[in-house]
Amino acid sequence: MSAQIIPSKTQAETGLAEVYGAVKAKLPGNAAVIKLRDDAFSAFSEAGLPHRRIESWHYTDLRTLMREALPIAPAPSAAAIEALRKEIGTDLKQKLVLVDGVFAPELSDALPEGISVRSLASVLAEGKTDLITLISGMGLGSEDPIVALNAALMQDGVVLEVAPGAVIAEPVNILYATASATPAASFSRSLVVVGKGASVRIAESSIGSGGRTGQTFGALIFSVGDEANVGHTLMLTKTVAGSVRLETFIVEIGAKAKFDSFALIAGSGLVRRQIFMRFAGDESEGAVRGVSLLRGKEHADTTLFVEHVGQSCMGRETFRYILDGESTGIFQGKIRVAPGAQKTDGKMLSRALLLTDMVAMNNKPELEIFADDVACGHGATCGGLAEDQIFYLQARGIPYVDAESLLLEAFAAELADEIPSEALVEIFRAEIANWLSERVKA
Amino acid sequence: MLEVKNLNVSVAGRKILNDFSLTVKDGEVAAIMGPNGTGKSTLSYVIAGKKDYEVHSGEVLLNGFNLLDVEPDVRASKGLFLAFQYPLEIPGVATMTFLKTAVNAQRKHRGEPELSTPDFMKKVKVASDKLGIKSDMMKRALNVGFSGGEKKRMDILQMALLEPAFGILDETDSGLDIDALRIVSEGVNSLRTEKRGFLVITHYQRLLDYIVPDTVHVMSGGKIVRTGGKELALELEKSGYAEYATSEAAAA
Repeated sequence: MSAQIIPSKTQAETGLAEVYGAVKAKLPGNAAVIKLRDDAFSAFSEAGLPHRRIESWHYTDLRTLMREALPIAPAPSAAAIEALRKEIGTDLKQKLVLVDGVFAPELSDALPEGISVRSLASVLAEGKTDLITLISGMGLGSEDPIVALNAALMQDGVVLEVAPGAVIAEPVNILYATASATPAASFSRSLVVVGKGASVRIAESSIGSGGRTGQTFGALIFSVGDEANVGHTLMLTKTVAGSVRLETFIVEIGAKAKFDSFALIAGSGLVRRQIFMRFAGDESEGAVRGVSLLRGKEHADTTLFVEHVGQSCMGRETFRYILDGESTGIFQGKIRVAPGAQKTDGKMLSRALLLTDMVAMNNKPELEIFADDVACGHGATCGGLAEDQIFYLQARGIPYVDAESLLLEAFAAELADEIPSEALVEIFRAEIANWLSERVKA
Repeated sequence: MLEVKNLNVSVAGRKILNDFSLTVKDGEVAAIMGPNGTGKSTLSYVIAGKKDYEVHSGEVLLNGFNLLDVEPDVRASKGLFLAFQYPLEIPGVATMTFLKTAVNAQRKHRGEPELSTPDFMKKVKVASDKLGIKSDMMKRALNVGFSGGEKKRMDILQMALLEPAFGILDETDSGLDIDALRIVSEGVNSLRTEKRGFLVITHYQRLLDYIVPDTVHVMSGGKIVRTGGKELALELEKSGYAEYATSEAAAA
């Protein structure tokens, strides 16, 4: 006879239930959305915060790493909005600003013809079934407790719709700002629907952490139409020690479409990025790349699920890590090729440079293949910098530290160079160089 | 002037250089020839400062400064240049970025101002044209996807830009076809001055038809066993290293 063990709720889990109870009546959405929220919270509540015995969360045990639940950030004051207006400035064009997870049209720009923006709150209130299905993630990531938690508590976000055939030449910037002076949580969810044959690039970044800790539960969902050409970048660099940032990225790709994504993670605290990507149509190409630069006691987890349903699609998932100090890096990637997804060409690769003996890198690549005519592969490497390369550079007069930085920059920037936008490549290269010079100073 | 005095070096407990001494005067081109495994490449690496070698005793003086006391980058800034037998590929590092970083690092070390980008570009253009280096090569990552000949030309280009006091060429002829050998040799010859000396390490006499040495040393068993003029190289080409291999065996 075996005793049934019911794990006791942690303080954070109890706190999250209290947060949900306190705010649910105020959260946007019609009756269908309210049901969706309740179902999602029940699912979360049943599972609890993910812990090491949940396979996909094995290396990021939130039961121990997230000790408390923070209240949802209050609406920003007019003064806070004005301060942010100054900080944001006018350099960045086509920007959509979310303040503590809530869309702030007064800080945002108008978008050109061919792309429309609405707040998630208004779309949830309207409750149109087709959009709600997309906002729910099209079944992608639905088993994950943190995706469920975000669905239950989603406050706001942006819903972008790109008209069929529209070509949006310049990137659309989604800018995450924080205004709350005290530690707070936010739950945002945004959706980008790209019509047939349209092209657009979305760039996510953050400003104004103000040095405060916080818990950010974000989700961005892409529905990429047939023959569309869609790009995405994420600059995840402004987090501070003690904060928790859990980002979900969901992508469904139609037929004959192109999708590319690049993310740079270089922040303090706990960062987990989970990516759920599905090739739903035939003959599409999707590339997801990411670089994580870690030092101190930073913890960055990228967990990826790629599902090939359509035939003859090419998937490329490439991730690099530089680990310094006592940091922890995690890469988990699973490619699943469904029965019938013939001629799938999938490649996944994770490479990590370990700069001290105190770092930890956990790599877990997996393939699940149910079709018989595919070419899939994965690889994972961990190692130090090549001493002979450093010697070659030193032999030309470049001091050791500079030689090291040159090689580290090359390693990290090589993936950023793949972004098909020179302006964005420059921005990411500068951020990588900045991290390296901070590292040398430290 | 390069003076190597009584150098004793081992790798993983195996003695490679055995009380090795050699002097190369200002403006002199000295060649070192010898069979495989006799310590020629070790000599070049030890002078340049590669780790993994245990130096037990001895000195390497470049114009009176003991190179063994300092890091490889300082040795380079003091005027030493090693052209590698196999120049390394450095993925992701643009050739131009690398060249500029190297030139300016050395200038900084010597207390000279950094070269401006236009001045630097001009210098590179002149030097690369001379070596027949195409501009698309300069845009690629350092040595990545270069042929053996292109890598060697890139190394000589670096030497031309860095203007060292002394150059060591480690088996520069390996992997080169006749045309590349001629271009590389012409590059080296154009850098010969009354002041700048060279140490040319090679197995074969062929390279010395192009880079004509003032002196030829035969190395075996971790030391110089014979010294002569350029005619010694021709003699070795005929007779081989058989008579020297015995002394190596004895040394080991």
